[in-house]
Amino acid sequence: MSTVDQRSSERLVLEAGRADRQYWLDLWRYRELFFILAWRDVSVRYRQTLIGIAWAFIRPFLTMVVFTVLFGQLAKLPSTGGSPYAVMVFAGLLPWTLFSSILGDASASVVSNSNLVSKVYFPRMIVPLGTVVVALIDFAVSLVILAGVMVWYGVWPGWQILLLPVFVALAVITAVGPALWAAAIIVKYRDFRFVVPFVLQFGLYASPVGFSSSIIPEQWRLLYSINPLVGIIDGFRWSIIGGASPIYLPGFILSLLVVAGMMWWGISMFRRTERGFADLI
Amino acid sequence: MSDTVIRAEKLGKKFIIGHYDQRDTMFREAMMRRARNFFRKGAELFRGQPIIEGDSAEEFWALRDVDFEIKRGELVSIIGHNGAGKSTLLKILSRITEPTEGRIEITGRVTSLLEIGTGFHHELTGRENVFLNGAILGMTRAEVRRRFDEIVSFSGVEKFIDTPVKRYSMGMYCRLAFAVAAHLESEILVIDEVLAVGDAEFQAKCLNRMSEVASGGRTVLFVSHNFAAVRSLTRRAIVLRRGRLSFDGPVDAALSNYTAATTTSAQTRRDWGRGRNVTVVAADLVDQQGVPTERYEAGKPLRFHIVFDTNGMSGLALELVLRDEHNVAVAYYSTLVFGQAPLPTTPGRYECTVSLDALYLAAGSYSLDVKTGFPGIEEDHRVDGAVPFIVEICSPNNIPYSFRQDEGVGTLALSLTAPLEFAPVRADAPTGHG
Repeated sequence: MSTVDQRSSERLVLEAGRADRQYWLDLWRYRELFFILAWRDVSVRYRQTLIGIAWAFIRPFLTMVVFTVLFGQLAKLPSTGGSPYAVMVFAGLLPWTLFSSILGDASASVVSNSNLVSKVYFPRMIVPLGTVVVALIDFAVSLVILAGVMVWYGVWPGWQILLLPVFVALAVITAVGPALWAAAIIVKYRDFRFVVPFVLQFGLYASPVGFSSSIIPEQWRLLYSINPLVGIIDGFRWSIIGGASPIYLPGFILSLLVVAGMMWWGISMFRRTERGFADLI
Repeated sequence: MSDTVIRAEKLGKKFIIGHYDQRDTMFREAMMRRARNFFRKGAELFRGQPIIEGDSAEEFWALRDVDFEIKRGELVSIIGHNGAGKSTLLKILSRITEPTEGRIEITGRVTSLLEIGTGFHHELTGRENVFLNGAILGMTRAEVRRRFDEIVSFSGVEKFIDTPVKRYSMGMYCRLAFAVAAHLESEILVIDEVLAVGDAEFQAKCLNRMSEVASGGRTVLFVSHNFAAVRSLTRRAIVLRRGRLSFDGPVDAALSNYTAATTTSAQTRRDWGRGRNVTVVAADLVDQQGVPTERYEAGKPLRFHIVFDTNGMSGLALELVLRDEHNVAVAYYSTLVFGQAPLPTTPGRYECTVSLDALYLAAGSYSLDVKTGFPGIEEDHRVDGAVPFIVEICSPNNIPYSFRQDEGVGTLALSLTAPLEFAPVRADAPTGHG
């Protein structure tokens, strides 16, 4: 009851266009709902499936095999710093999958939870943010496979692996910005529901997932880094494979700037439109 | 500290609604219109406005200039017709949508029940859904855990609590959902017609539970069409009519204001266009005294008063199509098909009262289409939804609850013409009537 008593003395004013000053505090207060929605998505994900959680292993593994054969064996693209092609592909595939599943799920999440949005109040940002948890769990499973692949090839990470959490956080942030933007816009214009998968499909080949970014000619590398995933994926490879896969620093900084910009844009778009969600959905 | 927990001042909510101007008869027209609408939508996208389906947009105030105050511990009903603004008001109170103008001040934690079982997931078990639903309604995990046994025993689905709710019957599902809602702990409770679930016994249990909640010193706002529940639970009522506050005061006075309001609003003039030969000018549901009304009392003769103009053309019929709240046609009458009553052949304006047999229509909203024409050949004038009306309560044989359309078992309560008797059948006797 203590929480109830604490809230009871509060005065709430509802008015048109009133910026909700307590928004971030509210977001914290509703953390239980955040966890429970995330738990719901996780626990529902593999119900009534034949092989259940094994899907989380099979999908990234097969993608890795295809990319290794396609780019490494057939196209004979070089790996970075002599590391096995499969390891390099997998180290790129991890952040990409994390990014694309957050962007894909989060952007559709507000509309697919329309029954909640139109019937109860909560800070709407909980819904897209909740999908991050699901993506992170799949990511953790993929890390296990990566470890297996590395043991198989006898590749050992250096001290750089300690910085991996930083890059994971960066990948999440990179996805959250555009995802919030897309989630807000999809509430208004459902057309964008078809745009997101298309952009993701395109992005898989525009980002250095199946190949190393070192094959990009030097004079184009900075321009290429406008794609924020270039910096993130390079960072992943650097921390997993070690010094053999160096980070291109100007590009990395540019990527970070783009990420920050997208994050700001996504949050402001979402905050601006979320009060009208229930009317539009 | 003031005793007022909710104060609304000049509250208003505007929506933009789209209209389709007419039905297209030509392919070319339809294509032109599509193209025009496509460009309009594109322009709206660039201006960042929501997409309006239709040919023209219109402002619509769902709520306007609504002022009221509610004190701590008060039990207030909000009544009004469909579309009077009740749901909009509840949505503003529960912060789901924000007002377009005016303000509202709330002191204390609000929980709203706009439906029961919000967020229930079919793949999850009953137990998991209790926690999920509790969190969605604003309970903490600790709160749910503490009251879990109470919730489950209230719902009466103990045996199936670890079964996915997709295997539940509708009744079990609703009972579990209501049970969670009934155990909410908050100072202000906003409830929208959630009593309409389950069987009579469970409804009585719900009503009891609600009055318990009410007597616990909490503030309750209650929306319902069930007059009996409104009377027994609350002392004060707010009547909304077309988005405006029409009455605020003691419950009995409010209910008579609400009933009186329906009779006057039914007489407003309308413009339904014209037919080629016979034009429907006015159509109303009327009560036994012939006074227009918007409420049909189930079990009384169903009477419609209709005024039409004719140019004297012969062979036309007047047809009535009754539709339920899903706009499904459920009943039909024609002056020609079901009786040889040709329309008058002298030009002029005529009125008539179509008196139909008493029906036990399920509680809910209905509408009547009025048409003229040559049955099965050509329509002359057609007014869709000419007479909207509602049935408040349907309780044949004075059963203690209301049979409702949204139970999904039909729109008509059947009644017996002879007492139902169950006679034992002996094993050696032949079965059947023979």
